[in-house]
Amino acid sequence: MSVATVGAGTAVGRYQRSRRALLRGMPVAPAVVLLVVFLAGPILYCVYSAFTNMALTGSSGADFVGLANFQKAFTSAEFGRSVLYTLFFTLVSAVIGQNVLGMALALLMRSGSQVVRAVVSAIVIGAWVLPEVVAGYLWAVFLGKGGSLNGILHFLHLPTQNWLFTTPILAVSIANIWRGTAFSMLVYSAALSEVPKEIEEAATVDGASGFRRLTSITVPMVKRSIATNLMLITLQTLSVFGLIYTMTGGGPSGKSQTLPLYAYEQAFQFSQLGYGTALALVLLFIGGVFSIIYLRALRLEDSTS
Amino acid sequence: MHSKRITYAALAAMVAATAAACGGGSGNGSASGSGDSKVTVTYQQFGASHVQQNFLTGVKAEFEKAHPGTTIDLQPIVASEDDYYTKLQLQMRSPRTSPDVVYEDTFLINSDIEAGYLLPLDDKMKGWSDWDQFIDTAKGAARALDGKTYGIPDGTDTRGVWFNKDLLRKAGLPANWQPRTWDDLLSAARAVKAAAPGVIPLNVYAGKGVGEAASMQGFEMLLYGTGDTLYDHESSKWVVGSKGFKDGLQFLKTVYSEGLGPTAQQALDPNWANTVSQELLPKGKVAISIDGSWVSQNWQKTGSNPWPQWQKTMGTAAMPTQNGQAPGKVSLSGGWTYAIPKNSDNPDAAWQFIQLVTNKANNLTWCVNNVQIPVRKDVAKDPKYTNANPTNAFFSGLVPITTYRPAYAVYPRVSNEIQVASEAVVTGQAGVDAAAAQYDEQVKSIAGDAVTNGSVS
Repeated sequence: MSVATVGAGTAVGRYQRSRRALLRGMPVAPAVVLLVVFLAGPILYCVYSAFTNMALTGSSGADFVGLANFQKAFTSAEFGRSVLYTLFFTLVSAVIGQNVLGMALALLMRSGSQVVRAVVSAIVIGAWVLPEVVAGYLWAVFLGKGGSLNGILHFLHLPTQNWLFTTPILAVSIANIWRGTAFSMLVYSAALSEVPKEIEEAATVDGASGFRRLTSITVPMVKRSIATNLMLITLQTLSVFGLIYTMTGGGPSGKSQTLPLYAYEQAFQFSQLGYGTALALVLLFIGGVFSIIYLRALRLEDSTS
Repeated sequence: MHSKRITYAALAAMVAATAAACGGGSGNGSASGSGDSKVTVTYQQFGASHVQQNFLTGVKAEFEKAHPGTTIDLQPIVASEDDYYTKLQLQMRSPRTSPDVVYEDTFLINSDIEAGYLLPLDDKMKGWSDWDQFIDTAKGAARALDGKTYGIPDGTDTRGVWFNKDLLRKAGLPANWQPRTWDDLLSAARAVKAAAPGVIPLNVYAGKGVGEAASMQGFEMLLYGTGDTLYDHESSKWVVGSKGFKDGLQFLKTVYSEGLGPTAQQALDPNWANTVSQELLPKGKVAISIDGSWVSQNWQKTGSNPWPQWQKTMGTAAMPTQNGQAPGKVSLSGGWTYAIPKNSDNPDAAWQFIQLVTNKANNLTWCVNNVQIPVRKDVAKDPKYTNANPTNAFFSGLVPITTYRPAYAVYPRVSNEIQVASEAVVTGQAGVDAAAAQYDEQVKSIAGDAVTNGSVS
């Protein structure tokens, strides 16, 4: 900047340097202030209230209750059930459904004609662009008692049923696959376009079948994208609320009540804010565990390659 | 160099401005001090009924004429019953969002008083002669354990059995049908099922969807007919493990599993209570419904679905006890109050508004239009009220035998557990014993030591 600061090592120089660092940090300050006020603040408040008996009604003030909320959660049958539903929902709709379907679509589109590719991606992305609540409503109407699916089944002389009522967790999982596949498809399309054609051609020349090429060449080459994609969709799916709330409300009788819905019910319908935030923390923890697993997988990847 | 300094200065100013905007808050919305003031009134608005909106709009005009410079801001919360309470509580938590007058259900008021949301009205009520006109049970409805009054009731209600005479005639039952036991109810429902397919024979509310209606119009109407209760007033303890509780659940199970009631999915729809009274009863799609005294409000000229023929078609009967034991009929009562939140900016004007809204003339209009059972003696005697609706006499006649809910601070949470238990039974998710055991567990964790085992005599 100027020659005045050359006196390195002297007290004045140190002072000037730290002053300069401070001034240089200034542009970041507004962002830091915003982050502290609107991100760190609520998170700390949430952590604090998870250890209290804060309630929306029935008692004023909040007392510190230690781990009582967590103890209550881990001994409650409903909590266990909603954890299982959450894992089922995540596994079926994200890890298996969106992931596999997204990869399949990306692979098929690679060999499809320009027109097919444009039409398919428009349709798939359309599902993704729809707001969560609209998608939830569409599926509720499609699967409901007088819905289109039952209309089709009736036309084919097959027995009809209210899918939202008989298989609620499966119904919301399918809706989530339908809605979320576009994301995986886009990630995989991008990753596949990076795979050099020459390697696949070389494998073909060596006599590898289509399936062999897929498992030995293509998938290993996009492994990193798969891990990243899995992590993103897992975290997204763990916290899905609007879709399930619109379709089933977590019912009937809790049969599609994943953790976010259970936390909402406890905090806002049963007024137990403290318990509800404790459940939210548990959800955060589960998300953290998944992320660590995927991150480790990524790192192992690096050390072996 | 110079221009840089200006940049830093500008940045510093920006940071300061941001911090001020974050920390300072916007102050409270209503102007105070000067002559102009605003009173925000919050009530529930859901479904097609606009009775309260129309009523309050009239009172608003009257108030603003009498108090120039003060505006009444009617701010309904458009939400189902459960969500209404939650949103109201969230609003009252902060001075910035708190309304000045709130419409509070008596079942929740103790809980909200305990949370410190409401202002005691005793000081303001000194010298308010109208209070002498209120009946004693109503005065007690919004009196907390500290002996102070926090809300002014605007009416009460009772509950009974509504039935469609045409449908019951098809099933071979008389127009003055009066069930004596639960079995009478069930056999009538079975007869309707056989005679009129496509009709819901017997509607009993259950599950979390309809909220408090499932507890009060549904399960508690059954439980209080078994001789058991939710709460033992003598020992001040909540009752768990009673036989009556299981019998009540068993009745629900019978109704829903035999197809005598709505499908479980219909019953769990948050809008179900409105659908029944506004749509299905007038269309003759429900034969018998255990419901509130106010149901016919929808069929008045001022209601959401005017149905002049209802007086010929619909009959009423008292809800029977389980085996016809004395006193032979059951009813539960609740009611709503107008209250002032502690965070109100304008409690004095709010109190003036409450006085106006509950005075004789306005309360008479309200009780007639909303089909409420009056809590003011002068309104109850007024011929305009007694002649307004043929069922007024019947439902007022249930007042001597009616029971008020144990509306203590934990009641809302106990009520939630009733809804969970009834939902588990009507969906077949759990058996009667399992659902009752789960309820007992939850009540023990909610009420702590204040529980007692077994049936109270």
